[in-house]
Amino acid sequence: MFESELIGVISSILLLSSPLIIAVVGETFTERVGVVNLSLDGSMLLSAMAGFVAAYETNSLILGFLGAAAVGAFFALIVAFGSIQLRQSQVAIGFVLTLLGDDLSAFLGQNYTRLPGPVVQKLPIPILKDIPIIGPIFFDQNVIVYFALLLVAFSWWWIFRSRPGLSLRSAGERPDAAFARGVNVKRMRYFYTLLGGALVGIAGASYSLNVKIGWIEGLTRGLGWIALAIVIFGGWSPVRGAIGAVLFGAAKNLATVLQPTFPQVSVVAFNAIPWILMIIVLVIVGSEFSERLVALAPKGMQRPLRRFLRVSPPMALGTELDER
Amino acid sequence: MRAPQWVLRVWPFVPIIGALLFTTLLLVLFGASPLESFGAIIEGAFGTQSKVLSVVAFWIPLFLASTGLLLTFKAGLWNIGIEGQIILGSIGASWVALNLEAPSAVLITLEIMAAMAGGALWALLVGLLKTRGGVHEIFGGLALNNLAILLTLFLISGPWQPPEGGSFRGTPPFQDAALLPRFAESRFSPLSLLLTVVAFTLVAIALRNTFWGLKLKALGRNARSAFLLGVSSEREALFAMMFCGALAGLGGAVRVLSWFDSLRQSISGNIGYLALLVVMLSLFRLFWVPLISFFFSAVLIGSITLQLRTQLHSSLGGILTGVLVLFVLLFGDSKRLGLFSDGGDADVRE
Repeated sequence: MFESELIGVISSILLLSSPLIIAVVGETFTERVGVVNLSLDGSMLLSAMAGFVAAYETNSLILGFLGAAAVGAFFALIVAFGSIQLRQSQVAIGFVLTLLGDDLSAFLGQNYTRLPGPVVQKLPIPILKDIPIIGPIFFDQNVIVYFALLLVAFSWWWIFRSRPGLSLRSAGERPDAAFARGVNVKRMRYFYTLLGGALVGIAGASYSLNVKIGWIEGLTRGLGWIALAIVIFGGWSPVRGAIGAVLFGAAKNLATVLQPTFPQVSVVAFNAIPWILMIIVLVIVGSEFSERLVALAPKGMQRPLRRFLRVSPPMALGTELDER
Repeated sequence: MRAPQWVLRVWPFVPIIGALLFTTLLLVLFGASPLESFGAIIEGAFGTQSKVLSVVAFWIPLFLASTGLLLTFKAGLWNIGIEGQIILGSIGASWVALNLEAPSAVLITLEIMAAMAGGALWALLVGLLKTRGGVHEIFGGLALNNLAILLTLFLISGPWQPPEGGSFRGTPPFQDAALLPRFAESRFSPLSLLLTVVAFTLVAIALRNTFWGLKLKALGRNARSAFLLGVSSEREALFAMMFCGALAGLGGAVRVLSWFDSLRQSISGNIGYLALLVVMLSLFRLFWVPLISFFFSAVLIGSITLQLRTQLHSSLGGILTGVLVLFVLLFGDSKRLGLFSDGGDADVRE
């Protein structure tokens, strides 16, 4: 009895964290190639709104997701164009787009709030769903979850095991060397920034097309920033990033489970958990503090633990390429 | 092709026209008359004396926060946490207003000191997370902003809730002696304007004429070589953050003591994020900051009238200012676009 309850909790955590996984993988692509798209919080809001409106008007979920992907890619294009072509600060452009996306989603979506719209349905996979434990967790879900899981596996293989992935990483680590070896760094940066933006857009729509009452103002506010922090926690790896997103989902889930059990603790305290987690996690991966943690571990564990805790960004992250 | 002189002269207006065209397009899309809508914004900002005073009252904390950001930007820091620093200022002032009793002058002095301390403390946390914890100030600041909002919610629904019971609306109104003296029946307090002008002057002098300003500049340009030249990067960065936080906190005090009369749910009104836009739009030129922040204040206060009159969402004001900043960032500098080779590039190469 307890076992089936646990499986239910795990599968609902996976369902809840799938959109975040997609956003994290998208931004991982973008940052791996050396560009920071800081606009996530705004572009997710705008694409969540656009995806819902497109799906609502056309009654087609596919058009909803495509519309959202286009919005996300367009925001990414502005970041890419501004930083690659015009050599402006990526952080500045990303930040302005964050605020703009928020305001635009509120304005453009004002006539579509609290409307029941199309929803992504559950799509169990025959045979596979009957495997004990694994079946109900992974194969009795909806398309968003399948897409997120496949995306994680594929992007890990693409970034770390494929030939084009090597060029992708080289453009983010040593763009001048990559350029000298004949990699078209600029084109590469455009491509992956737009790809990452499109994925962020899909993530936004995954929130607004996942529940019956699709769009409300500020639907995903804050989640874009969480995704950006998880990319760092994930050490710019899709698999670790996905684990981070699921852990975050689990922490939020735990809060909603605990809340009725401890009515004397203010609701506010539970809402603070994600942000406190964000600080703690970033301190652990970002500072000497991780070394102290490693020292506490038994000798044999120290090396793998250090590898797990220490992360380092792509070396040329956020810098511009001088091809002259 | 060399750019003709007149092109260079009108170029700065291109982003402004672009932003106006974009918002006009949105208005047409929603079936509103652009002329009527912009008219409503202008009337909402300058139509009556009380509206002008509202614009001024909203402008003061925005101006204060922007002034503080001049310091952190100069030191090369992205102080997104300023939103939380304003909120902590509001909380600090509210704590004094709700708990102490004293003659008005003493009370207000204490409130302002508590507000500045609150803002500086929150900024110090962001700074320490960066220098000691390796957390980029954008992420540290953002997390602390959200925690500040939650702290406000906790206070107004818990320890500081009104006697008739907790709601998430706000604390009971403060005693009269705790509030800043206001002009006529408005939300504008002349004292806060005086303090703001003093703060701006001090910052302007610090940045232009002091060794500290020079050190901040060195830090902002190249943190590593500044360190090698003997500038303690940690100390200067923390000082810049705390100074900025104190000014933001003062802005927070103005929000609770003259814009409102109590601590409310969304006390900062996004002023911190707006201030970041103001300073970015000013391209870090000191004397544009008061003008731009006043313009922003007018647009945002005017948008409230727009919403009342046309039922359109008041976020249009935010869109107008946001698009303006984006266009200035992207297209403001004609040289970067590479449309014309106006000889400027040659200097850079040498």
